[in-house]
Amino acid sequence: MGIFILRRLGVMLLTALCLTFIVFWLTNLYPNLEKLAKTQGNFRMSDEAVASYLENRGYLQPTPIKFGQWLGVAPGWVTEAADGKVTGRCFSSDTPVDARPTFCGILQGDWGFSTVFKEDVGPTVLTRLALTGKLMLCVLLLMVPSALIVGVLAGMREGSRLDRSLSTFSIATTATPEYVSGVIFIAVLASSRFGLSPWLAEMGWIDSKTLFLGSATSAMENATFWNFFLPVLTISLYGMGYIARMTRASMTEVMTAQYIRTARLKGVKFSDIVLKHALRNALIAPFTVIMLQIPWLLNGVVIVETLFNYKGFGWLLVQAAANNDIELLLAVSVVSVIVVLATQLISDIGYVFLNPRIRIT
Amino acid sequence: MEALTWTGSMGWLNPVLGLAVGVMVLAYAVQILVSFVPSAGVRTIGSGGIAAANQGLSGLLGRAGSYAFLAALMIVVVYLLAGIVMGPAAGIFGGLAQQLLPVWIALAVLFVVSLKFKRSLGLYGKLFDSTVGMIGFGLVMFWVFTGVFGGVFDMLITHDSLSQVSGMKNKLPGTPLARAEPEEFQWFLLGGDNLARDVYSRLVKGSWVVVQIAPMATLFAFMVGITLGLPAGYYGGKLDVFLSFLANLILAFPVILLFYLLVTPEIVLTGIPNYMALVLFIFPLVFLAVLLNSRFYTQPSLRTPLLIIVLGIAGWLYLSLVSTDGAIVDAPTYRIPGLPAFVDLFDIDPGVLVVFVSVVFVNAPTVFRIVRGLALDIKTRDYVAAAQTRGEGPWYIMLWEILPNARGPLIVDFCLRIGYTTILLGTLGFFGLGLESESPDWGTTINAGRRLLSLYPHAAIAPAVALLSLVLGLNLLADGLREESLRD
Repeated sequence: MGIFILRRLGVMLLTALCLTFIVFWLTNLYPNLEKLAKTQGNFRMSDEAVASYLENRGYLQPTPIKFGQWLGVAPGWVTEAADGKVTGRCFSSDTPVDARPTFCGILQGDWGFSTVFKEDVGPTVLTRLALTGKLMLCVLLLMVPSALIVGVLAGMREGSRLDRSLSTFSIATTATPEYVSGVIFIAVLASSRFGLSPWLAEMGWIDSKTLFLGSATSAMENATFWNFFLPVLTISLYGMGYIARMTRASMTEVMTAQYIRTARLKGVKFSDIVLKHALRNALIAPFTVIMLQIPWLLNGVVIVETLFNYKGFGWLLVQAAANNDIELLLAVSVVSVIVVLATQLISDIGYVFLNPRIRIT
Repeated sequence: MEALTWTGSMGWLNPVLGLAVGVMVLAYAVQILVSFVPSAGVRTIGSGGIAAANQGLSGLLGRAGSYAFLAALMIVVVYLLAGIVMGPAAGIFGGLAQQLLPVWIALAVLFVVSLKFKRSLGLYGKLFDSTVGMIGFGLVMFWVFTGVFGGVFDMLITHDSLSQVSGMKNKLPGTPLARAEPEEFQWFLLGGDNLARDVYSRLVKGSWVVVQIAPMATLFAFMVGITLGLPAGYYGGKLDVFLSFLANLILAFPVILLFYLLVTPEIVLTGIPNYMALVLFIFPLVFLAVLLNSRFYTQPSLRTPLLIIVLGIAGWLYLSLVSTDGAIVDAPTYRIPGLPAFVDLFDIDPGVLVVFVSVVFVNAPTVFRIVRGLALDIKTRDYVAAAQTRGEGPWYIMLWEILPNARGPLIVDFCLRIGYTTILLGTLGFFGLGLESESPDWGTTINAGRRLLSLYPHAAIAPAVALLSLVLGLNLLADGLREESLRD
């Protein structure tokens, strides 16, 4: 087991390195750098001005060297301007000469500087991650129990009316991407002119103008049911159908097993059979699915945060990518790669613990 | 000219429809609740071992629900028929039903012919044994016909999808045109968007973009996935480790980050999408060549002319696909010449090409993993061992023994993946990547409509519902196919 985890961690590290290098290479292509220079300087810069801007900031070195600098294994660039001012990757011109470090990269704990937000990348990413963590937590709290309940209820009696209604519901949710369900929810539940809200307000059943708030910006400080439920519901719904279908499949399989028949013949109550005999075994497969679903939620998070204007990690990704903010984008991709690979690892390890028939050698 | 209501002169049917739907929902809900209470012996077995219908309260409720459902369905058909006859007099639905008449005819012909000959049509015919599959197929074909008739023949649309009509900005569905010429269509059936264009006509035009790109992109992704996945699963070893690592690497990317990195005008300038197209589009060629060669290499007199003809046509298509204006890559600093313009069959807009390439790129690793898994499973079967003993080459075994036996899961996944590709295309449009901002495709339209969502939701809702129904149709179709292919 230990060797298995170590090997997986090794592969994870290699994947993260390759992936960041690809991101690094794509963001450092010349047209992207030119766009960066023009957005940072001004849009009417001549080609020479762009070149000297990039040269002075170390952007025109060969890509492997720049990548080494970002990692912290190659010495950072140092430029001496015509007036004798020395600037570098790791220090500004007013740092005393003996306090100037040679290496500064992620190995030294320096994630670089965001050109869009004019802040250090590390704290920026952490604040945004905390906000998205809050969103994800709510999503998981809503999605996992409801998906499991739907799946178990549907799989309990295969082919019944309940099964057919719930299966149709699961298929419909997997066919509704976040930008479709989000748009429909806002129009139906959060518009002061259309849908349910004006009707409910007229009846005096809701105090505010709309049933839910169509923007989650205020939920960043103070999340309430009113301003936070729609984004959470939108993300949960898309992931839910898949988990529910997997739970249903696993539940129907368990319900046809011999030991369930024995229990029925013994005269155990149906609710006891479902809750005490079947559920435990039926939940092994959905566990893996839930873990592997988490990286997919990341996509939903990006869409929903854009749609509901919730300034979390997904919103940060869009901002970084749209403005070619190289170091921020690299930090974002490192975080998302770790999320993807860590959930894969946890699902593999968890599966072994849950299912005693599987042994890793 | 008055504004249209949703059902116009057929409005007297609305309460009836509401009643039928209400009875159906109520009956089914009560039936589900009743099923939690244990009861004994509700099902009787008649003579000859035929199970009788459910008796008692549960059976009664079930029958009431079914009748109400049939009644609701009949009323919808009445709306449709009345609409076809009366047109806009039967409200917005009537207008839509009349405009879409060619689609209804095509659907009816397709279903009648398919149902008549379903026993001789293989897996496709079996689809018509499953209700779910038929509903799914109907939904999908509805959009395919809408796309083809509206996009290619300009038939279904009421107005030009790009022209702006003064005074129609953000107007609600059914609003009459302010100063319409007599020969023009008098209403915006689904309203106007924020640039005063007809939402309905854009919806129809947008379906063509999706119907065109999604299946083609999925097909290319399958070609790449199959060509790489079969050897990875069959040979195993270092090749498998390497290819699986690459696939996992691409899968570890968040899809949206990848799109933002690949589908920007700056990246298009560098020519990277053209190189990717060059690599990804060669796979169908390789696939065809290996497929035919492994089968016919023992008969060179047949193999050689066959390969020359097939590869000649495929190669021509390939070169036409990758070269635009006589160049394969046309970056500012250099240029790689391609097929000259006069033999170039079609030019693909660089925006569409980059969208296409990135969608293929994102989908291919998943297909690779599925094919690899299937190949790992099937290569242990006896018929593979028999082929190996016969002395067949590895590629013959992969393409003519393993692949045909993996077709069931692959066909099902193909349907699901077209749906997923549609969602990806919508995502691209939603972030304003790739296609130009006036493109009528659904993602871009949703993106344009979401800014005024709480005031004028119709401009975003229409494409959202369209996308939902197409993807739902594909999922139901896949479900029906899975059911039917498992049956034999």
